[in-house]
This record gives sequence, C-alpha cells and structure tokens, in this order.
Amino acid sequence: MDIASLQTLAANNDWLAIMPELLLGCLALALLALEIILPAKLHSRLPAVALLGVLALLVFQLLGFTAGFVESESFNGLLVHSREGQVMRVFFLLAALLVGVIGTISLAKQKLPHTEFYHILLVVTAAMMLLVQSNHFVMLFVALETVTIGLYILVSYFRSSPLTLEAGLKYLIMGALSSSILLFGIVLLYGVAGNPELTGHTASAMNLDSLHAFLAANRHNFLASVGIVLVLSGVAFKIAAFPFQIWVPDVYQGAPTPVTAFLAVASKGAGFLVLLVLARTFSPYAWLLAPVLTLMAAATLLFGSLGALTQHNVKRLMGLSGVSHAGFLLMGVVAAGTQSMAIGAIYFYLFAYLLASFAVFGVMALVAGPDDADQEISHYAGLAKDSPFLALVLAIGLGSRAGIPPQAGFMGKLFIFIAAFKAGLYGLLTVAIVGVVISIYYYFSWIRAAVFSSSTLPDGDANARPARTPVSFTTGLVLGLLAFGTVLLGLYQGVLGQWLNTR
Amino acid sequence: MSNLPFDPLLLAIAIPLAVAVAIACGLPKRWSIRLAYVGFAAPALMALHTWFYFAGQTQVHGYAYLTNYSTGLDGIDGLGISLKLGLNGISLPLFVLAGLVGLAAGLYAIQSTAERLKIYLMLLLVMQAGLMGVFASVDVVFFYLFHELALIPTFIMIGIWGGRDRSYAAMKVTIYLTAGAMLSLIGLIALYVKSGAPSFDLITLRQIIAARPLGETVQNNIFALLMFGFGILVSLWPLHTWAPLGYGQAPSSAAMLHAGVLKKFGLYGLIQIALPLLPHGAAHWSHTLAALAAVGNVLIVGFITMAQRDLKQVIGYSSVMHMGYAFLGIACYSVLGAGGVVLLMVAHGLSVALLFLLATSIFHRTHTFELTEMGGLAQKTPVLAAFFVAATFASIGLPGFANFWGELTIFVALWQYSHCLTIIAISGVVISAVYGLRAAAKVFFGPPTEAFARVAAQHPPSDLNWREKLPALILLAALLFIGFWPKSLSTPLDATLHAVYAAPAAVSGK
Repeated sequence: MDIASLQTLAANNDWLAIMPELLLGCLALALLALEIILPAKLHSRLPAVALLGVLALLVFQLLGFTAGFVESESFNGLLVHSREGQVMRVFFLLAALLVGVIGTISLAKQKLPHTEFYHILLVVTAAMMLLVQSNHFVMLFVALETVTIGLYILVSYFRSSPLTLEAGLKYLIMGALSSSILLFGIVLLYGVAGNPELTGHTASAMNLDSLHAFLAANRHNFLASVGIVLVLSGVAFKIAAFPFQIWVPDVYQGAPTPVTAFLAVASKGAGFLVLLVLARTFSPYAWLLAPVLTLMAAATLLFGSLGALTQHNVKRLMGLSGVSHAGFLLMGVVAAGTQSMAIGAIYFYLFAYLLASFAVFGVMALVAGPDDADQEISHYAGLAKDSPFLALVLAIGLGSRAGIPPQAGFMGKLFIFIAAFKAGLYGLLTVAIVGVVISIYYYFSWIRAAVFSSSTLPDGDANARPARTPVSFTTGLVLGLLAFGTVLLGLYQGVLGQWLNTR
Repeated sequence: MSNLPFDPLLLAIAIPLAVAVAIACGLPKRWSIRLAYVGFAAPALMALHTWFYFAGQTQVHGYAYLTNYSTGLDGIDGLGISLKLGLNGISLPLFVLAGLVGLAAGLYAIQSTAERLKIYLMLLLVMQAGLMGVFASVDVVFFYLFHELALIPTFIMIGIWGGRDRSYAAMKVTIYLTAGAMLSLIGLIALYVKSGAPSFDLITLRQIIAARPLGETVQNNIFALLMFGFGILVSLWPLHTWAPLGYGQAPSSAAMLHAGVLKKFGLYGLIQIALPLLPHGAAHWSHTLAALAAVGNVLIVGFITMAQRDLKQVIGYSSVMHMGYAFLGIACYSVLGAGGVVLLMVAHGLSVALLFLLATSIFHRTHTFELTEMGGLAQKTPVLAAFFVAATFASIGLPGFANFWGELTIFVALWQYSHCLTIIAISGVVISAVYGLRAAAKVFFGPPTEAFARVAAQHPPSDLNWREKLPALILLAALLFIGFWPKSLSTPLDATLHAVYAAPAAVSGK
C-alpha cells in the first residue's frame, strides 16, 4: 500500500464525527493523570469531575453538535452515523451519568479506590457509543470486546467480597465463551460470503452493507444460516436472552449495585441496538430469524417471570425481571421484521426502562448495607414510614417496570403490544400477558414490603436490617427527577413521541 | 346555556390530582384537609354542572364538551393517541355517579379516624381523578389509563388500611384485576389494529367500523377478550372471588369508590365500546354471557349471599349478584337492555356506596361485622337504622328508588330475549330481599344479643353525627331523585343509545 492510498483513506477519517467518544476517552485518561498530580485530599473530588464532564458531554450531544454528520459514513464505512445512533449516544451518556451518581453512594461504603471505577465506566461508555454506530464486523467486535472487558473489571470491583469474585469469574467465563461464539459466527459468514463460487460474493464481507447484499443473493445457504445463528447467540448473551441468561442472577447479585444497574440498562440497551442492526443485515434470512427470535422471546419472557417469582434478594429479582424485559424487547425485535413502528417502540421502551430502573437501583443503593450482595426484600420493611420519599420513588420505578399507567413503562409496553399485534404475533402476546400478570406478583410483593409492613423487627433480630444511607441533596434531586420523568413520559410522550412518529 | 371559560371535564380530573400532588409535597395536615374538601367537591360540582346544562350543549359527533389535548402522539402518521375528553348520553350518568360517590366517599374519609390520614386522602384523590377521567375519556387508551390510575390506589389502600387479611386480599385483588385489565387491553388493541383506524379515539373507531365492519370471526374473538377481560373487572361468575374478599378487607371509602364506581368501568366498556362496535361478536357470545350471569351471578352468588354471617361480606356478595342483572341487560343486546344497565349502574353505585358507608358506621357502634353478635341497634340509633333500611330497600329495587327503574327496564328487555332467564332474574329479587331484610333485621331489630349488650355497655352507641349523615344524605338524595325523576338521565341516554346502536342493528339485521 503506497502513501497516496493511505492518504485517501485518511481523508475519510472524520475525527469530528466521533468527538463525544474521543472527549469521553480523554476525560477517562485525564482522571488517571489528575489522580497522580493532585494531592491525596483532593482525590475525593475526582468523581464529581467525571460526572460533570459526562453532564457537559450530554448537553453537548443534546444541543446537536454532531448533528451535521447524521446519515453519513466515516472511517471508510466502519461507522455509520444514524439518527438512532444520535439518540443512543444520549441514552448511554445518561446511563453513565446515573451509574456514576449511584456509584458515589455505593463506593462510599467500601474501602476501595474510586477513580479507576469512573475511568473504566467512561471507557466502556465510549465503547458502547461506538458499538451502536458500527457498520463493520471488525469495528463491532472490537467495540463489543472493549465493553465486555471493561465490565469484567467492574463486575468484580468490590474484590473483598467472595460473591463479587464469583460473579466476576462467572461473567468472565460466560463472556469469553459468548465472544468466541460470536467471533466464530462472524468468521463463518465472512468465509461463506467470500466464496467465489457463490453469486454476489464479496471481498468485504465484514462490511454489513456488503454482507446484506450477499445474503440477499443467497437466501438459503446452510453455512450462512449457521453463522447467523451463532452471531445471534453471541448477542443473546449480552441481552441475557434465553438460553444464554443463566449467568444473570449470580452476576447481578455479586456485582456492585451501580454495575448491576449498568449491566441491566446500558449493556442491555447496547445489545438490543446491535441486535436491531444485525436483524436488518440478516433480513433476507427472515425465514430463519423470525422463528428463532420468536422462540427466544417466548422462552425469555417465561423464564424471567417464573424465575423472578421465587427470589428474595432484590438484585437477583431485578436481574430475572430484567430477563423478562428482554423478552418484551425481543418481541419488539420480532415485530420490527415487518412493522417499522416497532423500532420506535423499542427505543421508547428502552428510555422508559432506563428511567424506571435507575430510580429503583438508586433506592437499592441507599438501602443497601456494607455487604452489597446482601439486599433482601425484607430489608425494605417500613421504608414508607422511615422515608416516604424513597418509598414513593421505589413504587413509581417498580410500577413503571411492571407496566402500570400512568408511568412510562405502560406506554412502552402498549407500543410493543400494538406493534406485535400488527405483526400478528398472537402466540407471543399470550405469553406476554402471562408474563405481565406474574410480574405484578413479584413487583407487588416488593412494594408491599416497602409500603405495607411496619419496620418493627422481631425480638432479638435488631441488627437484621443494615442501616440505610441518608438521602443527600444530589441523590434526592436525581431520584426525584427520575421519578418525575417516569410519570411525565407516561402522560406526555412529547419529544420522544415526535421522534417515534417521524420514523 | 352555560359558557364556562374553562373545560369542566379537564378540571374535574385535574383539581383532585393537583390537590393530591400538593398533599404529597408535604402540605401540613390542617391545610391538607381543607384542600381535600376542594378536591372532592370540585368534580362533583363539575359533574352536576355538566348534567344540568347537558341538553343545551352543542354536540359534536354525539359528544358534548368535546376537547382534545395533544400528548405528542397524534401526528399525521402517528399512533393517534391523545387526551380527548367529552360526554355522551352513556357517559354522562356515570360521570355524575363518579362525582357524587367521590364526594360522599371523600367526606366520609375526612371524618374518619384513619391512621396517616393525609396519605389516605391523597390516594382517594388520585382515585377520584382517575374515575372522572375514565368516564370523560373519548380516547380508548386514556379510558384504560385512567382506570388503572384509579385501580392502583385501591390496591394500596387495601394493603395499608385493610382488615385482618389485608395482605392476602391486596395481592389477590391486584392479580385478578391486572389479569382482567390486560385481557381487555389486548382486546382494545385488537380493535384498533383490526379496524385499521388511524387513531384510538372512539369517534373515529365508530366511523371506520360503520363504514367497514369487522369480519365475523374477528368480532367473535375480540368480543371474547373484552367480555372476559371486562368480566373479571366486574366480577362475572366464576371470576368473581376477588370481589367479596377485597371489599370485606378494604377501608370504607375505598370500597365505596371501587364497588360504587370503578367496577362499572367494565360494564361501561362493554356498552360504550364492545356492543356497538362488535354486534356479531355480541350476538355470538350473548348466550354464554346470559347463562353465566343468570345461573352464576344471580342464583349461585345469591344463595351464597344468604349464607353469609358477616355484614360486609353480605354487601360484597350482593354487589356481585347485582352485577348479574347488568350482564343480563348487556346480553339482551338492545337499546332497552343497555339503557337499563346504565340506569342500574348508577343506582347500584349509589346504593352500594351508601351500604358500605353505613356498614362502617355500624361497625363503629357494634365493634363487629358479625351479624350474629348484633341486634337491637335501632333503639339506640334510629337515624342510622332508617338510613340502612332505606339503602336496603333501594338495593332490593323497591319503587321510589333509582334501582327500581334499572331492574324493571332490564327485566322488560330480558323478557323479549328469553322468558326463562327473566324468571330466574326475578327470583333473584326475592333472594336479595331475603338477605337484605334479614341483615337489616339482625342488626337493628329484635332483642340485643349478649355480645352486643357487652359492647354497648362499654361504649354506649350514639346516633349518626352530621359528619357521617352528610355523605349518606348525598347518596340517598341522589337515589330518590333519580327514582322519582329517571327522565333526567334517560333522555340523553336514549338519544345516544339510539344513535350509537342504530348502525350495528342495521348490520345484524335486527
């Protein structure tokens, strides 16, 4: 390759287009540098620096500084800057900000370095933002691995707790397995698409557009369908869909609460975005995709609901109920095969899920004691009497997750249901109704513990419940905003609804 | 003519909601109670106002007071969901019912000695806002959304202020009602998708379906979803078991609002949405519905009611039984039948709310709900006795009370549908007379039992005070007013029913 062709390639590198990701990476590095430079007593300010930086980027993104690059490709087709990508950038920045806020609560209870936590958080966030804009298997895999490796560290961050280490190990093994399955699928697809004996073969099969063209030309290739199933399996691990959800309860319980929230919301959101992109790429194989995804959605819904039914630990409960949420979203993905409105419904659902989940995780972090893995439903007894505000936020968050109006979660479920009905998925809808009714049971038993039962503990059991963290001004403000946003989005879909309409 | 500078329907929803938010934000108790009066009175005033001026209102598509508020989803190619408020002849009686029962339940709650009174009032206000919204909504999604908004406080109130089995009752009621609501939600979505309508509002749905009726199988399936979904919410036998349990445990004001008003959501949905839009489906399922209602709700539950020994259970089961008449009226599928159901809904709502209110007042004097441990209360509390006997008469359906007109109309409509069912239904009146009068007799007349004499010696019972009398008077006055002048409701009702039911009747060839 001569210098001239390198120059032409480099001319396509729009560094400005990925400014938010670059700035996020710089901020992450700056945090480490600042920790070395600054005196030790100022180190406690570093999380605030990180959060303010993310907040600034969020504003930067909302004001549309990168809007000029929408609908264009950069880095020689590695990245595509779509409108979805713009919205998902906001999603991930918001998630990172909220994880950071919850992190300040949870980390305060541990004797561990703080700065590295924020460093990894920012790096992973930047990788997620690149992931959802990638249009090339190499880019996709590298971004996905950056996310996953960062999460390996974050999951086992509270390294003094055996449960956390167990979670970290499980996540590492399962993650490595799923990455290799994904990689194997990619290689198969690449190999098949490069086969010169097949019509429409392409040398650049890593590019999703070329792959799509090849698949459209060969609609029933056996090796390609194996590759597609393997790639889907790799992604199914990220979104915790059946049968790749087994790791969820243990990892969610062992991981620090802010990381659990990050896994539950941002990692799952990224997975679904990738799944949507891949479903679009693989659309010529709809004969294969539709039944596989439908079965996956039904099994995920049922497993999540039934599994959550018997849980006493709230982190495991959140994990398994999150699995059933993945089932609802998968139902949307199946519907998206024929109904374009389903895509908007998925985005709306994700935002509603983000607001509600972080409200709940925020309350969980405040109620948790020094042992982060030990969070039982019974610890919530009497919350409404001791702190009506937290009980209200919890009730709104759980109500939204359960899909009860007027919270946003109801609208999300409604849109998914409408899309599924339009796509004619009657069987899945039946399963979904069963799932909703079961979910009411377990969410309600949590709310019941918080609101109905009194805080008087049985005799001699005075230390059974860990002390709750008092609500600081910032935390209160954030939780209040999340609860308010959940209700507001349920009643007035305004901005998000307009965006949904224009799709 | 009235020309209000504001939308009375929106205010009827917004004022209680705003007061609830204000209380939630930590208003001191004294001010909370004062504001709560406003929050409960405003919807009632708005309801009475709309009732009084309804005839003079200009109607758009059969709806008076029609207004539309965007929620950002009603764009050209959007989903067509927006907050559309309006009243027609079917919703007006129920809107008035919601306002009046809400006011009575609110007044009764304010004078009660409930713990954490502020939260109790706040939840009741949210429920009140939801109830007004249910009957004022023209948009189907908001119709459903307001129902759930009113339902959640019920669960919480049963869970916190309920009786001994409150935890179990709250859970059971929640699961049953969620299942019912989900079924009906899918039914409503099915209606929207299958009709191909660009919006969820009922006016558009009616127009589209009138121009292009749905296929027969589709109608049958959707009607089944709506019938069983709404049926669970209205306690159709054998899916009724949540109702007596829930009402037995619920605090009085919550029971008044739920049994009196919220439960009518399902019947209202069937009359306003399911019957006119799905005539074939209704015809297909009417025999099943009628059989379940007549044998299950009227006869079986009627006999179960007779065997009850607990005053609140008697009232709870009797409300399940009376829903049987309403289902029978719906099964007739005629203007007369549907009109009778609407009248019965209003009448039953008022009378059952009055009964729950009085039952709690009785409990405060006897300290028990056990009928076998009471007796002779009338000597000490003649006014309470008079109210209770009047409420019982109303509930049995004696002329002079609103219930009479509802039941009579349904029986006449039913006679045209099936003689056999009419006989079963009328024998139900005898059953309800037996348990109603026997309950009244056991509580108030005869010699005092030993147990009651002991309680009376410790806490000498006083008669109804004004703070209890006022809500009871509101309900009783409404029962008598409609009983003596049913035309005030039936004129607009008749006009709307004829307009709405004309199109499907032409299709089904009746």
